[in-house]
Amino acid sequence: MTQYDDDMLRNDPVLSRFLAVSDETPRQKGVDRRGFMKLTGIAGGGLVLAFSLKGRMIGQAMAADAEVAEGAQLNAFVQVRPDNTIRIYAKNPEIGQGVKTSLPQIVAEELDADWNTVHVEMAPLDAARFGGQFSGGSLSIPMNWMPLRQAGATARTMLVAAAAEEWGVPAGEIKTGNSLLTHGDKTATYGEMAAAAAKVPVPAAETLKLKERSEWTLMGKRLTGVDNHALVTGQPLFGVDTVVPGMVYANLTQAPQIGAKVKSANLDHIKSLPGIEDAIIMEGAGDPGAFASFNPAGAIYLPGVAIIGDSTGAVLAAKKELKVEWDASGVVNTDTWTEFVKQANVLKAKEGDTVTGVAGDPDPAFSNAAKTLESFYTFNFVTHAQLEPNNCTSWVKDDGTVEIWAPAQLPDQGATAAAALLGIDRSKVTLHMIRAGGGFGRRLANEFVVESTAISARIKKPVKLMRTREDDTLHDFYRPGGFNAFKAALDENGKLLAWTDHFISFSPTGKVGPGGPPGAPPQKGPRKPSYYPANVLDNARITQTNLKSLTPTGPWRAPGDNTYGWVVNSFLHEVSTAAGRDHVEFMLELLGDPRALGPDAGHSFHTRRAADVIKKAADMAGWGRTVPKGTGLGAAFYYSHQGHVAHVAEVSVNANKHVKVHKVWSAYDVGPIVNLSGAENQAQGTVVDLISTMMLEVNVVNGTMQENNFHQYPMRRIMGTPEMEIVFLDSEFEPTGMGEPGVASLTPAITNAIFAATGERIRQLPIHHQGFRI
Amino acid sequence: MLLKVNGEEHVVDDSDASMPLLWVLRDKLGKVGTKFGCGIGFCGACTVHLDGQPVRSCSTLATAAVGKDITTIEGLASADGVLHPLQEAWIALDVAQCGYCQAGQIMSAAALLRRNPNPTDADIDTAMAGNLCRCGTYVRIRQAIHTAASKMASVEKTGEHA
Repeated sequence: MTQYDDDMLRNDPVLSRFLAVSDETPRQKGVDRRGFMKLTGIAGGGLVLAFSLKGRMIGQAMAADAEVAEGAQLNAFVQVRPDNTIRIYAKNPEIGQGVKTSLPQIVAEELDADWNTVHVEMAPLDAARFGGQFSGGSLSIPMNWMPLRQAGATARTMLVAAAAEEWGVPAGEIKTGNSLLTHGDKTATYGEMAAAAAKVPVPAAETLKLKERSEWTLMGKRLTGVDNHALVTGQPLFGVDTVVPGMVYANLTQAPQIGAKVKSANLDHIKSLPGIEDAIIMEGAGDPGAFASFNPAGAIYLPGVAIIGDSTGAVLAAKKELKVEWDASGVVNTDTWTEFVKQANVLKAKEGDTVTGVAGDPDPAFSNAAKTLESFYTFNFVTHAQLEPNNCTSWVKDDGTVEIWAPAQLPDQGATAAAALLGIDRSKVTLHMIRAGGGFGRRLANEFVVESTAISARIKKPVKLMRTREDDTLHDFYRPGGFNAFKAALDENGKLLAWTDHFISFSPTGKVGPGGPPGAPPQKGPRKPSYYPANVLDNARITQTNLKSLTPTGPWRAPGDNTYGWVVNSFLHEVSTAAGRDHVEFMLELLGDPRALGPDAGHSFHTRRAADVIKKAADMAGWGRTVPKGTGLGAAFYYSHQGHVAHVAEVSVNANKHVKVHKVWSAYDVGPIVNLSGAENQAQGTVVDLISTMMLEVNVVNGTMQENNFHQYPMRRIMGTPEMEIVFLDSEFEPTGMGEPGVASLTPAITNAIFAATGERIRQLPIHHQGFRI
Repeated sequence: MLLKVNGEEHVVDDSDASMPLLWVLRDKLGKVGTKFGCGIGFCGACTVHLDGQPVRSCSTLATAAVGKDITTIEGLASADGVLHPLQEAWIALDVAQCGYCQAGQIMSAAALLRRNPNPTDADIDTAMAGNLCRCGTYVRIRQAIHTAASKMASVEKTGEHA
């Protein structure tokens, strides 16, 4: 299992690059699988104290902890209390993907707990106790699936053993369910047996009997989010809601171009403004040239002017009067998007300078082809625009320790970065994971943790750093833009013989290889590509050229796949159209015989699973039916984050090129579903998010993004939300997360439908560059 | 300066009169349910009611709220803790993903239902157009508003009060 988890991480094209950055960090690999079982018998208070928070922040943790007079801590995750309520720790950051509910749900299933009396609490950050704690790569479910089932089963086994001992009956005859133990006419609640269970030897993981799928009572059910009540009543839950006694509020106005520094600023005037305590020049940290290399554990932040005051309102009012003269002599980023477009349009005629993947030999096929096809795709940079702007509360204390409250996706790396900034040992930093108002990959970076820590170190007070929307839009790790130049060879029967793809992307060096931005397909040298569709083709060659860029880029929901899924599905549709083929039939033919492509049949690309979701989505949509003029159906499939997903979209386009999406049918094979409500919510959100993004871009000019707030980044509102029909296939495979798998094939389903409706191929994102609106 | 928030009067420094109401609520009065998203009135995360009308508190000065009844998400449930039908529907339909926008969504929806107890989809689109959900929970927001409207209508009919 350990190796299995590690492979999963290693195979993630993005996370694998930087989770290896801090080798000292205990990851899933470094955790003794029995480590979390060793906490037997610790009274409730002991563990809970480690999580006691200062002040009135994040109320639910405090309130719950106050109630814990006693209780048996059966393992790191499960505490059974005498009143038969059960506390289950949610181990990974909640960023809106629902893991604060779904991860404990897995524990509760194997524990046979009554969900109505389960109290879920955010776990402390402690990898030695809980295993790797992060939210990214849709990995929370697949990496924790087995450990959390074992945690639940361990606790249940111990409760059963205690009852067997007390009743003098064989453990195998005791039944469990709804937090009750029964044998004949004997009954006990878990709470009644908890103290005795805590003294039972911890069973070895290999002796645990996990439930068969037919025995599941919670898995696959619709559970509502554990924070829902707090959310709808406005309780403090998010990073921005953090309050620490003695805390001050801060904002950091940062250099508009990477490499610029503060020359001077009207600090005296700022300090004279109401509610302002201080205004200081922050030097920044890290080599500006390296800032473009995504490094979540790095002590990096851009220089600027910090304004500190007694409220965010006072600080932001002062920010409006701030005048900074920047020293631009060290500016390293002079990127301009339109220049990239010009360069790419020259490069597209040839193949890339580095071959990243080869299958067979495409060249003879091109020589012998009955028909060849070429197409060029362009997509601009986008920003994350998670609704809660980046923020962090840090307290660098007099005793040399640091306490941080961070809405972070990689909290451990955030603590590491803060320690590195201060030159102290990682053990001196305590970081509390706080619910995040959206992640989408943005909070995999941790520079906002570094910023608040740097300010706190300067002013020697707890400080809440609040970014504005403008700050966040100007200083993101953007989803990189890029270009793909495709060629395809067809035989006289319309069969695809060969395929080449010249991917034009970016890196700080202008070279292809390690250190490039996330967002590229895996660059593992010229071997059979692992990604669709080159993985199922006999003859394919993928090449890449990177343009030199110092614009910071980073993961954005289904990184790489969110654009690659669009370009390949679009070009495949061009090929099937040129061949006069039905697109669904054409996609199914490409997949060939049912087989797993990859070392791990449980998670890897499987052509049968791919075919099943394509067929299901097509079937639901009534693929092949006649639609009115100006209306079209489009289909697409992609394998992403260990999930197989196909979408069919029905759109109509009017004379003004205004696109209306009537309905989207989505078929998912992501293994068994944990929380049906949460999974469906993610699938619905995927549709809205990706339609929204078809109209969005940020434009870099001379190293600075030209957009700064939502009036220039018009994300989708409620009107025009299409109907959706979402189906999760009954799957015997292993589960994966739901945040990302459906992303990659959504956009091409829409753009292929636009082609079907209008005969015009969308080759640029956002689509308004071709005169369309959606 | 006196501000009446959720039925309670609070004394606020006169020097904060020109501060957006959002920050007075959040940083001075500790009512953090109202959220900051954009600061320019484009996302609706900061929606509160002034005398029952939805306003963007990021773009409303505190002084403009003097003498008015300010209602925030913390004050939407009744004093004895009985939730507004919208809050119940939001929980039951599991509307939220990240949840950050939802206080503003609920406040806009509450204002809608007060003036239009039985809104159509088109009415909902119009009333909710100022509220952005980055996670894309619009399908459920729409369902929850209809659910709450139905419940309020049936309470009205039977004379029972939730």
